Amino acid sequence: MSKDQNPNRDKARAIRARQRVIGRELRRIYDGVAQEPVPDEFLDLLRKIDAKDEPGKKSS
Amino acid sequence: MTVPHAAHAQNHQSSQDTGDFKTDLLGLVPFLRAFARSLCGSHEGADDLAQEALVKAWQSRDSFLPGTNLKAWLFTILRNQFYSDRRRAWRQAPWDQDAAEKIPGGGQDQGWSAELSDTARALRALTDEQREALILVGAGGFSYEDAAEICNCAVGTVKSRVARARKALIAILDGDEALPPSDRPPEGEAAREIMAQLDRLAPQDGPDAARRRRKESSG
Repeated sequence: MSKDQNPNRDKARAIRARQRVIGRELRRIYDGVAQEPVPDEFLDLLRKIDAKDEPGKKSS
Repeated sequence: MTVPHAAHAQNHQSSQDTGDFKTDLLGLVPFLRAFARSLCGSHEGADDLAQEALVKAWQSRDSFLPGTNLKAWLFTILRNQFYSDRRRAWRQAPWDQDAAEKIPGGGQDQGWSAELSDTARALRALTDEQREALILVGAGGFSYEDAAEICNCAVGTVKSRVARARKALIAILDGDEALPPSDRPPEGEAAREIMAQLDRLAPQDGPDAARRRRKESSG
């Protein structure tokens, strides 16, 4: 790793910078969905699951 | 000075309590939806998938080991569901692009890539394996180890998929003409060009073949 060829180093740096930008963009897209309000169907689903699976509440 | 990440400050003391478990699941729904969207591309399909996975997760809640990563466990269920649904769909009906485009939400551009950012579109040009690995690690914040578990492959495989995906994305974004058009999946010339690029970047047949091909195309 002792080769210090500037063109290569610059290229590697440019690629890393590029990847950071892409990384930010990926997170932006993903977080964009994750920040949407959870649709009611999901809440209903979990509520329904409850009713079906726990006929007699098992509490200690 | 390094500040320890609070990311793994999850304390599942005893998620035996089904109420707690459900609350945990509910808290993960936003991420489950995001991952589903990245897998399917379509908005409605993704929510259906996420709901299926949620039901599966609930049904198999006894198999979850308290103290382990619930998010990774949930994502694994979603991913398995996605691939088994798709295998079933393929068996049942041959893929018909025209029909798919007529189904609301069945087109490629609902949801995930509705953003129409270059990156979102370029993501579609990746293989499923590259895309999921890149999303999990690059956007979902999973460790390579957790991503490997979710994708049911070796850690090294995830690393190389992520690296290939990043390279491919850069190559696609740098060559604007190869971006899949925004209103339909890549086909014809564009698709061939993308495949050629991916091939050059992520050779299945070893680095030598890639080097050979690059020489051929440049000389």
